[in-house]
Amino acid sequence: MDDFSTKAPPPTTPRKSWTFSDDVNSDIRRAAATGIYDIRGGGAKRRVPHFDDLLFLGASISRYPLEGYREKCDTRVTLGTRFAKKPIELDIPITIAGMSFGALSGPAKEALGRGATAAGTSTTTGDGGMTEEERGHSKKLVYQYLPSRYGMNPDDLRRCDAIEIVVGQGAKPGGGGMLLGQKISDRVAEMRNLPKGIDQRSACRHPDWTGPDDLEIKILELREITNWEKPIYIKIGGARPYFDTTLAIKAGADVIVLDGMQGGTAATQDVFIENVGQPTLACIRPAVQALQDMGMHREVQLVISGGIRTGADVAKALALGADAVSIGTAALIALGDNDPRWEAEYNSLGTTAGAYDDWQEGRDPAGITTQDPELMALLDPIAAGRRLRNYLNVMTLEAQTIARACGKNHLHNLEPEDLCALTIEAAAMAGVPLAGTDWVPGAKGF
Amino acid sequence: MNLQTIDMAHVSLRELNTTLQKPDDATRVSGWEVINSKGSHAIAVGLDAPIDVTIKGSTGYYCAGMNKQATIRVKGSAGPGVAENMMSGTVIIDGDASQYAGATGHGGLLVIKGNASSRCGISMKGIDIVVHGNIGHMSAFMAQSGNLVVLGDAGDALGDSLYEARLFVRGKVKSLGADCMEKEMRPEHIAILKDLLARSGADAKPEDFKRYGSARQLYNFHIDNASNY
Repeated sequence: MDDFSTKAPPPTTPRKSWTFSDDVNSDIRRAAATGIYDIRGGGAKRRVPHFDDLLFLGASISRYPLEGYREKCDTRVTLGTRFAKKPIELDIPITIAGMSFGALSGPAKEALGRGATAAGTSTTTGDGGMTEEERGHSKKLVYQYLPSRYGMNPDDLRRCDAIEIVVGQGAKPGGGGMLLGQKISDRVAEMRNLPKGIDQRSACRHPDWTGPDDLEIKILELREITNWEKPIYIKIGGARPYFDTTLAIKAGADVIVLDGMQGGTAATQDVFIENVGQPTLACIRPAVQALQDMGMHREVQLVISGGIRTGADVAKALALGADAVSIGTAALIALGDNDPRWEAEYNSLGTTAGAYDDWQEGRDPAGITTQDPELMALLDPIAAGRRLRNYLNVMTLEAQTIARACGKNHLHNLEPEDLCALTIEAAAMAGVPLAGTDWVPGAKGF
Repeated sequence: MNLQTIDMAHVSLRELNTTLQKPDDATRVSGWEVINSKGSHAIAVGLDAPIDVTIKGSTGYYCAGMNKQATIRVKGSAGPGVAENMMSGTVIIDGDASQYAGATGHGGLLVIKGNASSRCGISMKGIDIVVHGNIGHMSAFMAQSGNLVVLGDAGDALGDSLYEARLFVRGKVKSLGADCMEKEMRPEHIAILKDLLARSGADAKPEDFKRYGSARQLYNFHIDNASNY
């Protein structure tokens, strides 16, 4: 018989706290050392209910599928049909989200234009004005109208294809921006009318309107300046999607761009990105409900962004009622961002491929989120544009594959009834039944 | 002078702006007179020709928005955002101007003969603004470049988070915003002021003004400055 009292007790497994994880503890140490919050690029990294938590049901006895490779499944979409004389017609319902010159290099903006144009879709400017690289290579270009108004001018307003009034973005609803001094090259400084090397703040509110009634008049002004030709988009972050959508419609939007919390940003406080705003999945149905309640579903188009990665994500967003989606982070990855081929360089920056998010520092080994001439030269805009085109094409084919399996001859014919959810949370947010049940948590009547 | 009158009692806003925005048609007439404006919004926006437009009456939001080249005079008061994002040309308001006058303007001259409300010259990017009366609070907030001249008094938080715009005030300043400070008035500033006063028809001596500008302490974020924001 063993005498436990004379032996050392068996070791227990060292247990780390869930609450005080390595990640949390490293943040505490970083804060204690620097005295400043963490600023980074990208969107929310935390796990939130997402499109992965939804499944398509596919065809069955009661649903008739379409033949893959044989029967047509249309992907075209027209944006801006409500008031604009010249709506935007796209071959695919996947657009490129607004990303600024300044945050991105000139060649990166060119690559976005090349890839999007080859795939038959649009790109969007950002908080730094319109560059020739982007206008020249983007057949369809959406010009953002931002609180900072950096580079804003009536000539660019007239040579764009649509105007996007940015009220907010998913990564930071209610937040402005900051382009740190190290990314302010001569060209960036000149475009923004600011001295080189200083931190450039982007305001969180527009300087000349407050509230939906003012916004309606602002839209009137922009339409009058552009001869009522351009579709007017309003971009909102995923804050209060039902009410924000309602007010945007009331203010006269042609298109609403709704960006969930997984949507990326060039540089914002980590605490903001991870703790403010709603997941993309939670935003879609309230926005669609608002459109339906106003009798505007399909007349005012809804573009969803924030964590779109695959054709399945596209199909799911459209099935829930969106007219199109927009990608930012995924487009950068297609260009070459966070590619393992740069692992050694990422390691030297104290990170690893897939985790690099210090886009604000301008030292991107992939040459995308930088203004450093040597780093910028690492990105070949022609090859990168080709990769983006390929990726957009693949996503489109994937979405078509799913739509055909659901018996749809247009991606827009996908509907919530084609979906079920894997989790109660996703079922509640998407307003579709939990798999294997007819239970839609949170639906009226339950 | 070849003067043509547009009566907004009979002509829609769309027709008005379409007419004024067409350089060929617009420049054939040396002077345009707009009557019965009745506070309409977005009057004479997006003009891009060296024409003279006189609006006889008060205007609503965004009159003369994004103006280029044109000279636009409002014989009345102007609503919010007059001459917002102006690129060039001249805009003259005989009466008062509401909030955000000259907001984000890149160039040209905005003259307000009366008073201007809050946030006058907010985020200005090269425009010159001369206000014969007083200006409200938070004026020249985040102003980047250009000149704001005030013959009267300025409200609270003048020039908050200012960049490189120059602010000249003859009267009292209720308070300065973050990173805004009084600066030495050097000969080059007297020269700028003299020119702007002359061009705006202001009867004032440059020597009676004080100059305010950025202390440039908040240009690069530093944690020790966090309490200043």
